[in-house]
Amino acid sequence: MEQATTSVAVQPADRSKILGIWKIAGILAIVTAIEYVFAFTMDAGMLRTIIFIGLTIVKAFYIVSEFMHLGHEVKGLIYSILLPMLFLVWLIVALVQLEGAAIKKARGIENYVPAGTEHVDDSH
Amino acid sequence: MATTATMSKRSLWGGGAEPFKASYGKLMMWFFLLSDAFTFSGLLITYAFLRWSAPQYEGDPSTFTFSTEYWPIPEKVFEAFPGLHGMELPLVFVGLMTFILILSSVTMVLAVEAGQRMDKKAVVKWMLWTVIGGIAFLSCQALEWSHFISGTDTATISDVVVNGIWKENYEIFGANLTFNQYGPPAFAALFFFITGFHGFHVFSGVVLNVIIFFNAANGLYEKRGHYEMVEKVGLYWHFVDLVWVFVFTFFYLI
Repeated sequence: MEQATTSVAVQPADRSKILGIWKIAGILAIVTAIEYVFAFTMDAGMLRTIIFIGLTIVKAFYIVSEFMHLGHEVKGLIYSILLPMLFLVWLIVALVQLEGAAIKKARGIENYVPAGTEHVDDSH
Repeated sequence: MATTATMSKRSLWGGGAEPFKASYGKLMMWFFLLSDAFTFSGLLITYAFLRWSAPQYEGDPSTFTFSTEYWPIPEKVFEAFPGLHGMELPLVFVGLMTFILILSSVTMVLAVEAGQRMDKKAVVKWMLWTVIGGIAFLSCQALEWSHFISGTDTATISDVVVNGIWKENYEIFGANLTFNQYGPPAFAALFFFITGFHGFHVFSGVVLNVIIFFNAANGLYEKRGHYEMVEKVGLYWHFVDLVWVFVFTFFYLI
């Protein structure tokens, strides 16, 4: 048994490959840092929400494509994972953005404005 | 039936060429992850739908106070750090959790890379780091949950039903599944459900990683001639990281 395990040849590490992995990790850290900058310097609103979701998709791309190696798989496999997710995003946009606002309007739910604050309608 | 192929032992893939040039196990892991992504999407859709149809706070964020009447600003809810009582550190602790999970994802890639080189020592080392990262994340989540449940120093006053009895001007501290001090009941319920479901995924991932760690350390994969199990469990672990990236954006940032 001992001989069987020692006979396996260990290949030397490829430095550029390992450097590439840490580079992706660095990109993920930087994108997260940018998200924090937006969280603390920008007021909440539709634009900030879109920026956050955009940066999240950037992070998701690097994780799926590089860490999960999907970017290096056969095209058929890439599309069989990617297409269902794209259709799902379409559904999410439709449900959240359109239906959520419609339900809110139909139920007559109004936002809370503290007393003494001037109401400025900047939600659109 | 002379052409019937006879296989000496039961095999999961007895055909010729592999579809998509990926092994059976990896392919099935990908499709499991796709279905799991649907489940998480369902939860995040529910969160966003309820949030966008709930009353929002439209005043100055600096004068924001908790009320059950409107949805809270996440930065105001998640601003505690263990051991630093009374300090306002918005999103710092959750940032640390994100950092830990991304790092454990990196160590997992390094374990996969070592497996492709048949470097048993490096696989064992990086798998151990991945397990430590997963346990660290779960510990952080336990602290966050306990703070979320016990609440802050000042109570939120609201009319609620406690054990079936209607109570007016009740002082709410922390959160449970029926009411919470931060906002509408759905806020805490969604927090428990979404971060809890993700935490359960992390927990299963840690269990799988521990099994792979011991198998690799015992030389099972070296005898087998390949470290594909590390790659398959790696896919799951990265998926857990991926889901956290989305939970982080939807629950803590937006």
